[in-house]
Amino acid sequence: MYRHPAATGPVHTVAAAEATQLSKVYGEGETRVVALDGVSVGFARGRFTAIMGPSGSGKSTLMHCMAGLDAITTGSARIGDTELSTLGDRQLTKLRRESVGFVFQAFNLLPTLTALENITLPMTIARRRPDRQWLDTIVDTVGLSGRLSHRPAQLSGGQQQRVAVARALASRPEIIFADEPTGNLDSRSGAEILGFLSDSVRELGQTVVMVTHDPVAAAYADRVVFLSDGRLTDELLGPTAESVLDRMGLFKAKDRTT
Amino acid sequence: MLRTALRNVFAHKARLAMTTLAVMLGVAFVSGTLVFGDTVAQAFRDASSRNLQGVAVSVTAEYVPGDDRDEDEEGRRTALTSDLADEIRALPGVASVHPTVNGSATLADKDGNPLNVEYSWQNLATNYAADEADGQDSRFPITAGRGPAAEDEIALADRTADESGYRIGDTVRFATDGPALEKTLVGTVSTDDPRVNAGGSLVLFDTPTAQQLFLHDGQFDELLVSSTPGTDEETLTAEIRDLLPAEGAEATSGAQLAEDQARQITEATRAMTQMLLIFAGIALFVGVFIIANTFSMLIAQRSREVALMRAVGATRRQVVRSVLVEATLLGLVASVAGFAIGLGIATGMRPLLNAGGAGLPDGSLVVSTGALLWSLVVGVGVTVFAAWLPARKAAKIPPVEALSTVDQAPPARSMTIRNGLGGAVTGVGVLVMLNVHRLDSGDEGDFMIAMFGSVILLIGVIMLAPLLSRPLVSLAGWFTTRLFGANGKLATENALRNPRRTAATASALMIGLTLITGLSVAGTSTEKAIEKGAVEGLTADYKVSIREGLDTELGDRVENVPGVADTAALVTAPLDLNGEFATITGADPAQLRNVADVTYTSGSPDAVGPGRVAISEDLAERAGLSHGDTVDAELGGDSDAQEQRLTIVGVYQENRAIDGALGTLDQVMPHSSSDTYDSVYVKAESGQAAGLDLDIRQALDNSPLLQVQTREEITQEEAGGIADLLNMIYGLLGMSVLIAVLGVVNTLAMSVFERTREIGLLRAIGLDRTDIRQMVRLESVVICLFGAVLGIGLGTFIAWASGNLTKSSLATYETVLPWVSLRLFLLTALAIGVLAAIWPARRAARLNMLQSINAQ
Repeated sequence: MYRHPAATGPVHTVAAAEATQLSKVYGEGETRVVALDGVSVGFARGRFTAIMGPSGSGKSTLMHCMAGLDAITTGSARIGDTELSTLGDRQLTKLRRESVGFVFQAFNLLPTLTALENITLPMTIARRRPDRQWLDTIVDTVGLSGRLSHRPAQLSGGQQQRVAVARALASRPEIIFADEPTGNLDSRSGAEILGFLSDSVRELGQTVVMVTHDPVAAAYADRVVFLSDGRLTDELLGPTAESVLDRMGLFKAKDRTT
Repeated sequence: MLRTALRNVFAHKARLAMTTLAVMLGVAFVSGTLVFGDTVAQAFRDASSRNLQGVAVSVTAEYVPGDDRDEDEEGRRTALTSDLADEIRALPGVASVHPTVNGSATLADKDGNPLNVEYSWQNLATNYAADEADGQDSRFPITAGRGPAAEDEIALADRTADESGYRIGDTVRFATDGPALEKTLVGTVSTDDPRVNAGGSLVLFDTPTAQQLFLHDGQFDELLVSSTPGTDEETLTAEIRDLLPAEGAEATSGAQLAEDQARQITEATRAMTQMLLIFAGIALFVGVFIIANTFSMLIAQRSREVALMRAVGATRRQVVRSVLVEATLLGLVASVAGFAIGLGIATGMRPLLNAGGAGLPDGSLVVSTGALLWSLVVGVGVTVFAAWLPARKAAKIPPVEALSTVDQAPPARSMTIRNGLGGAVTGVGVLVMLNVHRLDSGDEGDFMIAMFGSVILLIGVIMLAPLLSRPLVSLAGWFTTRLFGANGKLATENALRNPRRTAATASALMIGLTLITGLSVAGTSTEKAIEKGAVEGLTADYKVSIREGLDTELGDRVENVPGVADTAALVTAPLDLNGEFATITGADPAQLRNVADVTYTSGSPDAVGPGRVAISEDLAERAGLSHGDTVDAELGGDSDAQEQRLTIVGVYQENRAIDGALGTLDQVMPHSSSDTYDSVYVKAESGQAAGLDLDIRQALDNSPLLQVQTREEITQEEAGGIADLLNMIYGLLGMSVLIAVLGVVNTLAMSVFERTREIGLLRAIGLDRTDIRQMVRLESVVICLFGAVLGIGLGTFIAWASGNLTKSSLATYETVLPWVSLRLFLLTALAIGVLAAIWPARRAARLNMLQSINAQ
């Protein structure tokens, strides 16, 4: 299943997260919708993976299921050695708190907390003391040093998203899931966020999985998997914006012919 | 616009639920009070007209004060004689004349315990005036046996017979003024008299016996005249009036009597209704905060919608009107529902009060149009008034906001004006109250100033509450963060997010708690003061008394009871000293020393004698007298007061046993209203105090009227009413607190709704459902504690500042903080916080995480 590219980084044999025959069905009877249909995919540790696909392809559902945000209908999803399908709400919450970082498209921050408090929130919740040195490193990396005591309303959209990235990185999670992290940003701010995410993979050894529909964003990843109608249809290693676009074009052509 | 308003009401019905409930409860309180008042008044009027049925003219005796004092014989005299009754009976148009004698008699129950001796004025006694025709007294239908017809016979109201345990044939022990008497029970009767139903008793004698006990042979207190059909009441009244002596009797027509009674009843029930309405008003006032909060939140949530309406051409006025129409609809629905609940309250109130011994007569529910209209007007009025400010805020939303794509909270409006104004008002309130603290006259004007200051202060603090919320909630947050980590921190931040809303929610609770705390502090302080004052300076073990006056012969027996070491008999009379009214107590100074500890600041009791008196410090100050002064004083009641020259031979510190002034027994006795002792204080021989009361009772013929009270019982009698009064007021203020609780629920529910996305995010990054619940719960607790701290603080301050007003009439008064109660109030606020959060917290915890994150 894993065909690790020799081109980038060291070879990992263990996946940070893995789905096996994962299915997700919404509703029943006539309203039954199959969002994921037996998807098997692994996200290698220390890699930046992008999930792409047209809207309604199930890419967000895949992310939600693998991140423990949504229940799995059949199949299995693992983060590290933990099987998610057997966990209850409380255990899932604990897992998210300890092993998963999130960056959402919008509304990532609590308006009542300062930037620093937002960054350390998962650790505060877990009643863990943040690692000061690591925190400084991250804050420096995302360039927020002067703005830690600001509240979200006093920050620009790009800055807010950088706080979200810092929060995801701060607790050194097993894996970070980013859901369209640049969707609400202008291209410059977007490029910055993507830069931070890929830097975190290359320099800090973080594992990142990003859902996007933007070929330019996907090009920052080491690997792109393509989803369509709830199935995994293709993947691309060492993508560029052009190669991603090409693949997407292929799908569209295929869609049209079928 | 009406359609928009209607749609809005229906679209937000879940969110309006708490507001509706708040208005509903307030209106229910108002309508319940109004309907209950009407119903009770009607029932009393019915009962009174039943009593007056068949009475064409009533002739009553007028008592000239002091009249009976000229008589050497015992008992009262009236101008209503048997001869007069016969003359009236002979008038054309008179069907019958019912002569009555009224007095009071207290029973000992079958086990020998006095029945209702504390309220002996409710223990009625009258004559059973059997009609010549059927041998029955139509006022008292016989329920068993027969009416009393001989000197040794007695009848009781069936309720009284039940309570005392007597059955027909038993020997009944009772007393009318002093010694115990015994007669045989021959029958029981029913009566509508509210005093009997309220816990009193009714005893019936045959007419000669009643006359001997309460008047004189052949005399009556009242003649009830009934007429033959076709007789004009007014003419008959005039004819009877002509027969009456010039003084001492008065004839009133039945119609006039009914009118007088109806007016009295209306006045009495109006007083009760008005008192209840004050509490209903407080409850509605609390409701205003909730309504205003709700509409503010709804409008904040709808600002884009409103902007769009403005963009497509709605005027500001139309926007305001739309909101007000919405408020009117809400108010109307809530008021109608509230009125229905009010009917339920009114129905349930009578059995409830009667269970507590109120003795209200039966009667069907009276629902007047006025009560309905007032309830609706008040409910709708309050709702519209409370929605008015938020409505104006809505009108100020610029149309351009409809176009803004950024989902940003509107900038917080500056609170500089509010804080400045609030600070000024609070300052004025504090100054007024500090000034009140210095007042000590306790007259009505001072009380008005205290009331005014309290209201100003309360309003000021309500205005300042948003400003105060930051430091106080932050302080609470320090604890919650330490105790509950992130949940506590987030809860505090949420409570601080919208200071206006937090303040309004907490203010609603604060109002109730301010009143409850203020009354609790004042009540407890008064209770403590009375307890302290009741026996302060008293060294006696027992106080022997009869409310109607202790016969001197009986009183003198006490000192011979074995185990009694010392006694002091006291008699009291009115005293006018330089225009200051007081009571002069007559006692043997040597005896008094054995039962009371009186501290003389100058002079001594030994100097007290004919024309020489000692007075209390307070009276000395009031009358401007000091030791050695000689003054012309008046002793005795209004009509037979006698001028005397008195020399002040001593000044003593306030003492409950000898209030005002001290003279000798012989000097005071002639001016007393009855030739009896006021009380006899008893000091037991050492080790003999226990059980001595029974011996004393026995030695004094064990009259049911006799009260032999221990020190505890004296205290209890004087202070006992306060606890009951406080409990009743807590109950009435409970409605305000309940409405405030609805406000907390409302605020939390709205907050949860507004923060759906945040809750989703928090769930994603690691708060589980329990954490979310705890977060909402802590926010609720923090808000409630904020309100509680303000309310308890304010209530305590107001009670402290007003304390001296009470001190003027209660020398031992000192502000005492009822710590147990205050702690209980704080814990109640905590519990309210937890309870109010149950539903909103559950809603928050059940939110679907993914939908929440993506919610708009």
